[in-house]
Amino acid sequence: MVKKLDKVDVVTVGSGWSGGIVAAELSKKGYQVLVLERGQYKKQEDFVGTKDELRFSLRYDLMQDLSKDTITSRNYMDEKALPVRNNDQARLGSNTGGAGVHWNGISFRWLPYDFEIYSKTVERYGKEKIPDEVTIQDWGITYDELEPYYDRFEKTAGISGEENPIGPKRSDKYPTPPMKDTTAIRLFKKATKELGYHPYHMPSANVTETYENPDGETINACMYCAFCEEYGCDFGAKADPIITVLATAEKTGNYEIRNEATVVRVLHDGNRATGVVYVDTNTGEEYEQPADLVVLAGFVFTNTRLLLLSKIGRPYDPTTGKGVIGKNFTGHFSNLSTYVGARGYFEDKKFNTFMGTGALGATIDDFSGDNMDHTDLDFLHGFEVHYSQLGARPIANNQVPEGTPTWGKEFKEKSLHYTYRNLFITPQSGYTPKKHNYMDLDPTYKDFLGNPLLRVTCKYTDQDRNLSRKGISICKEIMEKMGADIVDTDEISDDVEFNHAYYTDHFLGGVIMGSDPETSAVNTYSQMWDMENLFVVGGSSFPHNSNYNPTGTIGAFAYRAADGMIKYLDNGGGLVEKGK
Amino acid sequence: MTKKHSDDDGHKKNTSTEDSKPLQDPSRRKFVKNTGMIAGGVVGGSLLGGLLTNEFKSKSNENPSNQEHNERFQEARQFFSRYEDFLVLAAATERIFPKDDNGPGAIELGVPYFIDKQLAGRWGINGRDYRHAPFMQQSSKKVDNSNAQVEQLILNRGEIFIQGLRKMNQLSENRFKTTFDKADEDQQIEILKDFDDGKVKMNGVPSKSFFILLRQSTLEGAYADPLYGGNKNMEGWKMKNFPGAQASYANVVEEDDFVKMEPMSLNDYQQH
Ligand SMILES: Cc1cc2nc3c(=O)[nH]c(=O)nc-3n(C[C@H](O)[C@H](O)[C@H](O)COP(=O)(O)OP(=O)(O)OC[C@H]3O[C@@H](n4cnc5c(N)ncnc54)[C@H](O)[C@@H]3O)c2cc1C
Ligand code: SF4
Repeated sequence: MVKKLDKVDVVTVGSGWSGGIVAAELSKKGYQVLVLERGQYKKQEDFVGTKDELRFSLRYDLMQDLSKDTITSRNYMDEKALPVRNNDQARLGSNTGGAGVHWNGISFRWLPYDFEIYSKTVERYGKEKIPDEVTIQDWGITYDELEPYYDRFEKTAGISGEENPIGPKRSDKYPTPPMKDTTAIRLFKKATKELGYHPYHMPSANVTETYENPDGETINACMYCAFCEEYGCDFGAKADPIITVLATAEKTGNYEIRNEATVVRVLHDGNRATGVVYVDTNTGEEYEQPADLVVLAGFVFTNTRLLLLSKIGRPYDPTTGKGVIGKNFTGHFSNLSTYVGARGYFEDKKFNTFMGTGALGATIDDFSGDNMDHTDLDFLHGFEVHYSQLGARPIANNQVPEGTPTWGKEFKEKSLHYTYRNLFITPQSGYTPKKHNYMDLDPTYKDFLGNPLLRVTCKYTDQDRNLSRKGISICKEIMEKMGADIVDTDEISDDVEFNHAYYTDHFLGGVIMGSDPETSAVNTYSQMWDMENLFVVGGSSFPHNSNYNPTGTIGAFAYRAADGMIKYLDNGGGLVEKGK
Repeated sequence: MTKKHSDDDGHKKNTSTEDSKPLQDPSRRKFVKNTGMIAGGVVGGSLLGGLLTNEFKSKSNENPSNQEHNERFQEARQFFSRYEDFLVLAAATERIFPKDDNGPGAIELGVPYFIDKQLAGRWGINGRDYRHAPFMQQSSKKVDNSNAQVEQLILNRGEIFIQGLRKMNQLSENRFKTTFDKADEDQQIEILKDFDDGKVKMNGVPSKSFFILLRQSTLEGAYADPLYGGNKNMEGWKMKNFPGAQASYANVVEEDDFVKMEPMSLNDYQQH
């Protein structure tokens, strides 16, 4: 028997950046917000003294527990998808704060080009430039319209940044000064400048000085402690939802978070969402939680899956290209879009690479988006090339030049020798959506509650591979300029294929935004066309993937979505932005 | 104030190296001589076990400090019940990460006990993994990603280890008429290479996948915080110049010269 609970104004699924921003903004306005979170309750104290590489980087203590729930994955439509069984293959958020707790904190803005990618491509190169299978579309919003929301997210998170010499215009400077330089960063900047590029510090949520955000939350100064990516911050110095937006929501008295509560369905009468059903995963009991406004903020996979399970919206059909739910799955893929690049070995120089932070590093935008002329290139979009100094922890950092044995005497000798004598630079490339890359429900595998898993179908095209190769060639050029004695570069072979590694957590699409209800699921306020009181927030609403980490843009759109919700509730209904 | 390791550093260091001596390098003469003692005799578990702990035993008569006691108590097997498997494991890890001029190898660092403990826990039974049938391999799945391959196996990590180590031993017996741990270094390397090259036939797991698991766990044991039983006395970190858990590098991160620091374990860090 499903137990029916008292109605709330707003219920959100998920407590990450997306759910947290919504919770803060709506509770501040006096609406009663309930956040349902499948993972454990966490507070900042949970991260004190957790500098333990084995537990957090190798055993994935903070990531989604796949024994309960996962996704399935395949390359081709005529294939059986297999479950992603192991965290080596999936670093996805769970627990209070979601992935925002164990993220690196690299907080980019995307390019004006990104939001109008279709129009700008046609304008510059003509329609023929876009291959048939590439389903890029305009987002229905411009950079200028989104800019105030970027500013809000950056101020909430206290982002530390350096002016990007060729970046889009900003209404205000970064709230805190850029991170410090290191020897390796100086070397990268010098080499890229000499090559005529425009390096700048990556914008960072590892905040450089004690900072109070507009909601009155304090973020401490970063200690460069090197246990950052995959870790919660020991010092409350990395902006995360727990110490910012969730703390703000808590103070209003209008907010409650219920953990170990897995949402399994959105309830609706065909036109309106009436609430959600969730399972208390301690008892197995099901609850119905009625609400005036339902917000899905459970990341790409959950957002898409809950709509499909609840039969909301039109499921995408890859053979006809019709329908929208599940459409335009994109990402940063670990054997294509990032983690490939050039590694340089330096005989005479030892770098202090054991020091670092999640977002410490420098990048160049000379090849980002459409900043390079694509006329003679057989791909769309671009890449940023960065060196980042994450903190070289000892289990993961045993690099040796190509041709060196990977175990035994010589390996040990060389891996010790090169521990601090190697640097890696990588291009992070954009990913255009393809007709054949999409999500639906898996016909075979189920989660621990008996619900079908979400299935991802994704394969690379030659354009994807060519883009990646171009990025790697620039890395090589830079690394040689940096003076490495040995430069090893990754090869992208003609048959390299998506390897089912959901490692970057940069996955997008499925419930995409736009201005046309035929080709999009939500408007630019993340409001469902088909169901006005249902908002689907997060990277699920992105029609394609840029060459930047997504969270700055996820944060910006979450603020915009919150504005839309407030408008919706204040107006007593209606679409806050009409379709064309 | 908590007592710091450095207070009794010298003393601790000594005992730690000596304690692990019998396991130091099974292919070396001393060990062969030791095992020779029981050749032809009744090889009972406890007798064989005694060989690995005989030095502990004599020590315990010398009224050891609490520190020593604790170290000794941690070195019991909780996953491997058959001692022979453990000896093979020890020998294999030592070949992967051998003692050399830089410092201790896998055995001295406690890697075999580290792996034993890991396998006895949640990781050994793939406790965080999705484990529902059907288990199958994907036709188009490219082997460029070893993890992708391992993760579709029905075997769990503990089972893979047991099978792999026994296979190793069996190959050694077939080829060299001796158990793996007693084979020569070169012979051991030859067998490990075959696993690494995927040439050994195993049941339900490619030998390459087992090898990757073995290699990875060995590095984990060498470099994980000592609280897990490996990286004895932070010797792994010392070889690598890794300072462990430091609260802050904010004041030195900009420096050009390489900064050498005394490593700090979680034990020290958390009780700071
Ligand atoms: C190791 C790592 C490093 C990263 N570094 C960066 C970076 O430097 N820069 C960057 O831009 N991005 C980075 N990312 C990505 C970034 O963390 C995410 O883009 C961002 O956190 C997404 O926020 P979200 O709120 O949309 O989703 P999430 O943070 O994933 O939050 C979703 C929440 O919903 C909960 N949930 C899911 N399903 C259900 C359900 N059915 N019922 C109840 N609750 C549910 C989840 O448990 C989770 O807490 C990184 C990610 C990882 C894993
Ligand atoms: S590097 Fe900075 S932000 Fe990251 S965990 Fe350490 S102190 Fe926190």
